[in-house]
Amino acid sequence: MSAPVLRVRDLRVEFDTREGVVPVIDGLSFDLAPSQALGLVGESGCGKSMTALAIMGLVPSPPGRIAEGSIEYAGEDLVTAGDQRMRDIRGNEISMIFQEPMTSLNPVYTVGEQIAEVLRTHQGLSRAAAWAHAVELIDAVRIPLPDRRAGEYPHQLSGGMRQRIMIAIALACRPKLLIADEPTTALDVTVQAQIFDLLEGLRARTGTALILITHDMGVVAEVAERVVVMYAGRKAEEGPTSALLGHPSHPYTQGLIASVPHVVDEVPREREALTEIPGIVPALAEFGKDRCLFAPRCGSADEACLRARPPEAPWGEGQGVACWHPGPAGSGSR
Amino acid sequence: MTEAMLAVEDLVVRFAVKREGLFGKPGQLHAVDGVSFEIGRGRTLGLVGESGSGKSTSALAIARLIPAVSGRVHLGGIDLLGLEGEVLRDQRRRMQFIFQDPYSSLNPRLRAGAIVREPLDRLGIGTPAERTGRVDELFTEVGLRPEQQRLFPHQFSGGQRQRLGIARALASKPDLIICDEPVSALDVAVQAQILNLLARLQRDLGLTCLFISHDLGVVQHMCDDVAVMYMGRIVEHASRRRLFTSPRHPYTQALLSAVPSADPSRQRRERIMLTGDPPSPIDPAPGCRFASRCPMVEARCRAATPGFRELEAGHWAACRRIGE
Repeated sequence: MSAPVLRVRDLRVEFDTREGVVPVIDGLSFDLAPSQALGLVGESGCGKSMTALAIMGLVPSPPGRIAEGSIEYAGEDLVTAGDQRMRDIRGNEISMIFQEPMTSLNPVYTVGEQIAEVLRTHQGLSRAAAWAHAVELIDAVRIPLPDRRAGEYPHQLSGGMRQRIMIAIALACRPKLLIADEPTTALDVTVQAQIFDLLEGLRARTGTALILITHDMGVVAEVAERVVVMYAGRKAEEGPTSALLGHPSHPYTQGLIASVPHVVDEVPREREALTEIPGIVPALAEFGKDRCLFAPRCGSADEACLRARPPEAPWGEGQGVACWHPGPAGSGSR
Repeated sequence: MTEAMLAVEDLVVRFAVKREGLFGKPGQLHAVDGVSFEIGRGRTLGLVGESGSGKSTSALAIARLIPAVSGRVHLGGIDLLGLEGEVLRDQRRRMQFIFQDPYSSLNPRLRAGAIVREPLDRLGIGTPAERTGRVDELFTEVGLRPEQQRLFPHQFSGGQRQRLGIARALASKPDLIICDEPVSALDVAVQAQILNLLARLQRDLGLTCLFISHDLGVVQHMCDDVAVMYMGRIVEHASRRRLFTSPRHPYTQALLSAVPSADPSRQRRERIMLTGDPPSPIDPAPGCRFASRCPMVEARCRAATPGFRELEAGHWAACRRIGE
């Protein structure tokens, strides 16, 4: 395997809250190889989006800060990089697309202008050259009539087209890493399929690595090569997509997969009850405690789970799991 | 099929939209364009389709929450669209809504018990003492503790709030429950709790439901029959098993093939990639609404609206090319 484009080690992001200092990301480590697609999965509040913001150097401060750990991008530690350096990297080397394309685009500028601005800022192109390149990019994300569309405002485009414009902006400077935070949640499934197809094609052509943040295991199965499952700011499980979906070893991963009614081809006559993950995610005050934070919702929890936080240990074919009792649902301990 | 609890015929809903330019004609947004279906007593019909396809608008028009241009909505034999005033109010208890967003659909200034009790008070059901008993009963039924009646909505989690919404909908013992994306706003792990609760209530209380969702996995799990909407029209209607195993309309086929799935056997399936976005629903062109994106389109598809044909018992589709 070639040197990773991104290497996150023991990342800890803390927030000051009324309950005191809360680690919303707690000891997170993972690697991302060039042109690899990594899925980041979990419920809301598990720290998926905060991980993305930490990589982008956009943790809201105050009240937040990166307290420990490193985020190495192509050998350079982004945690210690200065503001000016981060501004150069953002949009140029690392880009991000967000969930809601309407609120991420500026409503008073044409979409062509918004793409061209990135090119002028980061690549020093002239006004005319930047505009011409913007039109090419709109064409590259498969929007018909790119000349005409470049002169339109965001409200004149459909949701799918707006998200494609966001992708065009993100890819304008050929970044080595693209972070997509729930890029298709606001879109319909047929449009979602188009967007994933587009991202897949661009990734194959340009070698951009992708971090896809989602709560949908189906999306992960279609897009990602590796998956990191997060729970309450910590990594619960990591592994190659097929292994992790086929043999999830963390009870939380098992619950996430089993609790969603997936479309199946062989429709059973009887409808069985879905597996529930009882309870809700822990309150912020629970974060950072030295025990398994999933234990209150877990079927195989015992005293060991409440005594100490489970360290990450290798499992199966390239998987890693942070659990005292990993394995097929309800089986032994380690 | 059992007798129809809800029968909708040729429902049409239009909205006037701003005129294009100073001298343009005011446009008409064709939100629901001739929708017809029936739901048998105790059955659940899933209404699926992309956003803007008219699912929610149909439901709102059926519940008389927005006006319909034309059509008939028979609930247990009574045409709701013809009713006004006190008679209509009296009929409202027979039909209740469960909304998508459990945050904005509960009054933040009322205590949980009062929220569930409100429909009973408004519709004048039972004596005050009976209402109190009924609220206790409803709280237990949806998996909340009766003492939680004193709390305000913000003190509940998203899943618990949706339980409150369900209890409120059940309060008047309605004949029909309309669930509009009941789990879309919830976290995946909580969705299962609410879906299991709804499934249990369906079974135990024999509820008749119109279940609206864009999530085909949820629909496959929850519904007996499924109707697929596209641009204000139903394009296919079949039993759950028929629709998911042998979809006939090209739009249904594309829709099903586009659903991402964690099931490895489904990942080898052939993807039907649609091009473009749905066209504008304002003053749409005649003919089949799907023509602009359909991989099987022919000239005659654009000429006239395809009729809704029964391909075999209980399986309807609106496409001329089926069976050719």
